[in-house]
Amino acid sequence: MGVNRRKFLKIAGISTLGAAAVPAADALAMNPIEWLDKQLGGFTPSEILLHMGHKPTGLKPREALTAKRWAMVVNVRQLDEEIAEACRETCHKIHNVPDIKNPKHEIKWIWAEHYEHALPGQHHEHIDDVLKEAPFLVMCNHCYDPACVRVCPTKATFKREHDGIVLMDMHRCIGCRFCMAACPFGARNFNWKDPRLFLKEEDQNPEFPTRMKGVVEKCNFCAERLAKGQIPACVEVAQELCKKKGREPALVFGDLEDPDSEVRQVLRRHHSLRRKPELGTNPNVYYIV
Amino acid sequence: MLEKAFVGGRKYWIWMGCLLVVMGAGFLSWLYQFSEGLGVTGMSRDISWGVYIANFTFLVGVAAAAVMVVIPYYIHHYKAFGRITILAEFLGVAAVTMCLLFIIVDLGNPFRALNVLLHPTPKSILFWDMVVLNGYLFLNIFIGWNVLMAERKGSPTPGWIKPFIYLSIPWAISIHTVTAFLYAGLPGRHFWLTAIMAARFLSSAFAAGPAMLILFCLILRKTTKFDAGNQQIRTLSGIVAYAMILNVFFFLLECFTAFYSGIPGHQHTIVYLFAGLHGHTGLVPWMWTSAFFWVVSLVLLIVPVTRRSDDVLAVACVAVFIGCYIDKGVGLVIGGFIPNPLEHITEYVATVPEILITLGVWATGFFILSALYKVALTVKEEVEAEA
Ligand code: SF4
Ligand code: SF4
Repeated sequence: MGVNRRKFLKIAGISTLGAAAVPAADALAMNPIEWLDKQLGGFTPSEILLHMGHKPTGLKPREALTAKRWAMVVNVRQLDEEIAEACRETCHKIHNVPDIKNPKHEIKWIWAEHYEHALPGQHHEHIDDVLKEAPFLVMCNHCYDPACVRVCPTKATFKREHDGIVLMDMHRCIGCRFCMAACPFGARNFNWKDPRLFLKEEDQNPEFPTRMKGVVEKCNFCAERLAKGQIPACVEVAQELCKKKGREPALVFGDLEDPDSEVRQVLRRHHSLRRKPELGTNPNVYYIV
Repeated sequence: MLEKAFVGGRKYWIWMGCLLVVMGAGFLSWLYQFSEGLGVTGMSRDISWGVYIANFTFLVGVAAAAVMVVIPYYIHHYKAFGRITILAEFLGVAAVTMCLLFIIVDLGNPFRALNVLLHPTPKSILFWDMVVLNGYLFLNIFIGWNVLMAERKGSPTPGWIKPFIYLSIPWAISIHTVTAFLYAGLPGRHFWLTAIMAARFLSSAFAAGPAMLILFCLILRKTTKFDAGNQQIRTLSGIVAYAMILNVFFFLLECFTAFYSGIPGHQHTIVYLFAGLHGHTGLVPWMWTSAFFWVVSLVLLIVPVTRRSDDVLAVACVAVFIGCYIDKGVGLVIGGFIPNPLEHITEYVATVPEILITLGVWATGFFILSALYKVALTVKEEVEAEA
């Protein structure tokens, strides 16, 4: 995966420089193992050597948030336009998603839809008016059996085995767009134009790579934040705003395989839906209506 | 033998020159597309495949159709087709080459195309499509060339080539089946998710491919000394007639399932194509044109008097070609994306650069085809002159 690999190489590079620069006293004050750990950004030296130049699948700094199967719950009744828009804006900003106005070429990782579009077939005309207008936040479902991964001829899109996140290697994608035809949720975007033309220099997040034209991209469940021990940006923003408004959290994130995780608790308390479960992709994003 | 492609009269060179001009225009447009990105086409987030993949799909069928000449000749020993097998095989070569070019121009990162080989992924149907298409290209060049060499020397087709010929039969079926699987295995695209897709693909291929072959035979009869023969053309027209009937029949089966079951997802695309959906009617005129040509071709092919007249047969073949081209290209590929997975509707119109690139690829195909036919026909003429 491009993102991880870049970040990883950066960490590896900085630590080699850092090792020389750190004052001896500093090093002596620490337990040597701890010191080394700090220098290597959480990776062990053998991991660094073994994975130099390779995709560090399954490799994670020790302070990272980990799970067997990440999942998200969207509690639609706690959402409103403001929260939904804040989620979209934050996600797109930190991930350098270009702001392309033309809907034909637009790139979106997370966005709001109406009930009948988010959950087609599960909608009917007599539902609560609140729900009719409610913003259903949609994104990649990080499906447990992802159709996009199955069809990709280069493994440029792949499911990370240890936590189930569906990721993209932007350096490998040939831009055939088979995955876009295969995803039943419209979660994938193709860079029809050079995305950098639509990103202002000063708005860019230098810590996240920008993309080139001709590759596919989508929501990555904030894999780069999880690696640093942070929850996904949309979840963080939504929870802050909900707290301010005195509501239950509109977005919840956690390990589906841990019976005590927050997602499992919420799913026990509420009846939930998934998008197009009949297609067998097994989405890991749940909706509480 | 290839040198024979470089010897020709004025007409031949004018024709090849015209093709080169179109190829050049296509190439320049491709350079433009390459530097600007695929945004210069009419494709979009919702309609992520357009005219390129549509033409690709149609031409895989044309390529596969060579088998309709190979089977009668080699399996049923229908001797008359001996005269035209080489034409069918070389049509296959040109068609597969166009298919590969259409894939390349459709890629967002054409220079990374080799990633498909560097990271082989047998779970992906596209991987298999690449395998079978390249294999088929090789088989047809190899077989066609060797058979022609033997013919030139006046010796019978060598025995060792027979296994390759027999292999090419299931291989031809496979290229179109695998291409159908590209579509028929995707969840959530109701219009494509149908078990009859491969059968539909093959039937329309076996109508459109031999129809093109008939047209070429008629053209060659007018412009060169080569005569494919009346019997050959009659038999081919029978094949086209049967295949076309099956093609229309299969389509009606789709309609029955969609509308009698009453499942909305199965109906949406068909309704969009023939009547428009929520006021979006972009493809309606196209589809009715296609339906019109289907009916015309069926009538002309089924009625014996019309089928047996060369001129009317030519019209029928053009009708088959247009009808199938629109149905499979425009209707099937573009239609499958409408409505999108969130049940929104985005429409698609090809752009000028996109059309120029498409024409450029077709011109390349015709260039290759003309050169190969030139070689084949010169050899045949020489052999006949000696005899
Ligand atoms: S939502 Fe689409 S892109 Fe995301 S994992 Fe599922 S099939 Fe793949
Ligand atoms: S567009 Fe890229 S990620 Fe999608 S299927 Fe093709 S190579 Fe794989």
